[in-house]
Order: sequence, then structure tokens, then C-alpha cells
Amino acid sequence: MIKLTNVSKDYPTKAGWRRVLSNIDLTINPGERVGILGRNGAGKSTLIRLISGAEPPTLGTIERNMSVSWPLAFTGGFHGTLTGADNVRFVCRIYGVDFEPRFQFVREFSDLGIYLNEPVATYSSGMRARLAFAISMTIDFDCYLIDEVMAVGDERFRERCRVELFEKRKDKAMLIVSHSHRYLKGNCDRFLLFRDGTVEEHKDFEEVYFRYKASLGEGFATKEQMVAAMQ
Amino acid sequence: MPSNKSNVSTGALLRDSSWTVNRRVVGALLLRELLTRYGRNNIGFLWLFIEPMLFTLAITIVWSAFRSVHSSSIPIVAFALTGYSSLLMWRNMPGRCVGALKSNMSLLFHRQVTVIDIYTARILLEFMATSTSFVVLGIVFYSMEWLPAPEDPLQVLAGWVLLGWFGAGLALTIGGLSEKFDLVAKLWPPMSYFLMPLSGVAYIADALPQNAREIALYLPMFNALEYLREGWFGSLMTAHYDVGYVAAVNAVLTFAGLSLARQAQLDTSEE
Repeated sequence: MIKLTNVSKDYPTKAGWRRVLSNIDLTINPGERVGILGRNGAGKSTLIRLISGAEPPTLGTIERNMSVSWPLAFTGGFHGTLTGADNVRFVCRIYGVDFEPRFQFVREFSDLGIYLNEPVATYSSGMRARLAFAISMTIDFDCYLIDEVMAVGDERFRERCRVELFEKRKDKAMLIVSHSHRYLKGNCDRFLLFRDGTVEEHKDFEEVYFRYKASLGEGFATKEQMVAAMQ
Repeated sequence: MPSNKSNVSTGALLRDSSWTVNRRVVGALLLRELLTRYGRNNIGFLWLFIEPMLFTLAITIVWSAFRSVHSSSIPIVAFALTGYSSLLMWRNMPGRCVGALKSNMSLLFHRQVTVIDIYTARILLEFMATSTSFVVLGIVFYSMEWLPAPEDPLQVLAGWVLLGWFGAGLALTIGGLSEKFDLVAKLWPPMSYFLMPLSGVAYIADALPQNAREIALYLPMFNALEYLREGWFGSLMTAHYDVGYVAAVNAVLTFAGLSLARQAQLDTSEE
């Protein structure tokens, strides 16, 4: 279980401190899939960072009784001069797991072939994303953080990601940030809508998507119209 | 997908003692640093200690050519080796830690990587590089008979460790401060140049007039260097130092540095 109690997060700006999240209470149980919506800058990625432990909250507490992944397919941890294989080795070292079987997996899954021995700086963004996703799958966690990654790669790669994530790991908890209604609707059982640093909980996807669209200022007059447009 | 369950599961990972995790993370960061800094081309990581060796060698040659630097009976090679190696120690460690966080911030997404691990890896790498350079040059000069063997190797070792500790404490402090204040990152290089001639690289304390010596010996690295030099060729010089003073300053710097690193961890905000 992951439990956020009264969590707030401030960031310094030139105009003083800005509260990005305020008084968030949230519980994520094992196996739950939570979809996250909100416009840019609403605090979605900040929440992901807080839950991953990359940053501490300004106020409040975060309890973690599950192991939590780093944000899936996160490419920021790569160093350009290191090869793909070096990056796999680094992750295996810090998590204290065997390199060989995981490298085999990354090689097969990422389809990068001989490029795994080339510096990451020479990769295209698609190749980086494939490597990052494959590395994310080499360590088993109880809860996965997924921040807008499914738009990467071609059709075939996306399908393999889906199998790896939603079929092989269907018993794991997940937090999914996405703007794609198909993706969220198909994969999540609960939804969070971020607005001005606060969070609304919703069970019903159409309800939350309707409000989300309204918060973007491109709302529909009625929910029926929206559902019709989504078809 | 290889299952973690068969060998080490992430559950087990969380149960590992923090010392085991720390050691593993620092080791991984150290190897990463080594690869990113020197790569795999030509002689690769050998540059780690060849670079400081070349510096020290160049200084030794220049000083040997212009014998005017000091007027005592101390062998010039021993003088240059001890002086310049110690300078590398307290100058390079902070140099490596200034802004170290910016380039490694994204690694904090891995929960077991902490700011202190990032600094520790860089400090250890620098300590290893400077020490290797010091030892290798020492052996080479000795075997060429340019340099006498240390009179008291244990004291040399103790002096070296004292210098390393000073460098590490200073590195943590300067590194941590540089995250808070950009100005520190800008000021450290000129500051270290300013301290360089004062810290006894080119002279011994005994050669200074009494009042100047008293002021110069407020520099902890000068004390440590005097102590080290006494261990190497003490019978040829009168050393002036206060080991207790150095240890106290080191302890304060270490404490301040660790708490600054903790604060940097709390202040992290990657955009």
C-alpha cells in the first residue's frame, strides 16, 4: 500500500514559492490501476516524482509498503557516452541483480541489436525509449509509475509493451499519467483529476473525462455529446 | 522476462541493510563515473591517475631545473612530489563535487541513490586517482634514486589520510554550498588558486618569518603537509604543525558537508 497523507509540494519561482500540490490524501492498494488526468502543469508529474521518492514532499507524509518503480521508460538517467549495455549494467548494479539474464531480455525486447554496444548519444529518441522501457522491465516492483510513455515506438513495439505491462503484470499496482482516453479507459479502475494543485477522485471514466475536457476549456455541452465524439 | 524471484527479488533489495545498499550504489556510481569521464578509447581509465602524474611530473621537472625555489637541503623531488600531490588532493576533490548534482539529478529517481552517494563516489574516485599517482611516482622516483625512501612511512600514510579527509570534508561542504549558491561554484576555482601558493606547495613553514608562519598555519592543509613532509624527510627540516587542529577542522567540515548534502537532497527539484 502507498498512502499519502496531507501532502503538499512547493517549488521556488522568481515570484516566490509556488504550491504545485496542496493537501493531497491518496491511497494506492496492491493491484490497483490509477489513471491520472490534468492539464500541463497541474502537478501530475510532481506527484509521480514524490511517490517514486525522487523528491520529498514539502509537507505531509508518504508511506510506502510496496516497492515502487522509477517512472517507466524514463530516459533521463541515461548518460550519452555510456552504451546501452553500460546503462543496463548500471541499473543491475544499483539494484543488486544479475546482469546476464537481464541483458538477454533487454536485447530481445528492445530489438536494438548491435546498437546496444554503441553510446546512447547516437540513438534516436525512439531507440532510447525502447531501451528505457526494456530496462524498466528488468526489475520487478509492486507498483509501476507510468508517465506518458505509450506514445513511443511503432505499432509492434507498443503491442509488446502492452503485453509485458498489462498482461504479464496484471496483478501489479500502476499509476498511469496519460492524455489518451482510450488508454486510460481500457486500463484503469480509478481516476484522479488534477486541477489547481488539488485532486478529485472518480470511479467513472466518462464523468472524469468530461470534467477534464471542461478544465481544458474545450468541453462538451453534455456528457452524451462527448461519448458520441469519443466513438 | 527474467524473474527477480529466483535470485534477488526487489523485496529482498529493500531488506538489505543500508550499508550493503550504499556500498553497491557507490560502487556502481564510481564505475559509471569512470566510464563517462574516460570512456573506453585508447588508454581509457588509466588517465585517471596518469593525468595527475603528468601534472606532478611537470612541476617536479620545472622545479628541479630552477633550483632556486627553496634554499634548504631537502631533495627537490621529494619536495615537489609531496607538495603537488597534496595540492591535487584538496583542490580536485571539491572541484569534482561542485555542480556534481546537476549532472546526476536524474539518478535520484532510483530510490536507493542519494546525494551523499553521488558525492562519495566522486570523492573516492579522486582519492584513488591522486593516491595512485602519488604512490606510483614515489616508487618510480625512488627506483631512479631521485628520492630517498620515507623516514617514517606510517607518518607519511597518516599525513596522506589526514589530507584526504580534509579534501573530502571540503568537497562535501563546497559541493553542498554550490547547490545552494551559484556564486560558490564560480568562486571556488579562483579561491583555490589563491590558496595554492599559501598552502606550502612551494615552501616549508620553517622558511617563513615567525608571524607569517603563524598565519599560514591556520590553513589545515599546510599543517597536514608539514606533518607528511616530516614523515618523509624530517631529519632535514623542522616541521611546524598541529594535527589536532587539522582533525578538528576536518570533523567540522565533514559534519557541515554531510548536513549540506542532506539539505541538497531535500531541495532537489528536477524540472
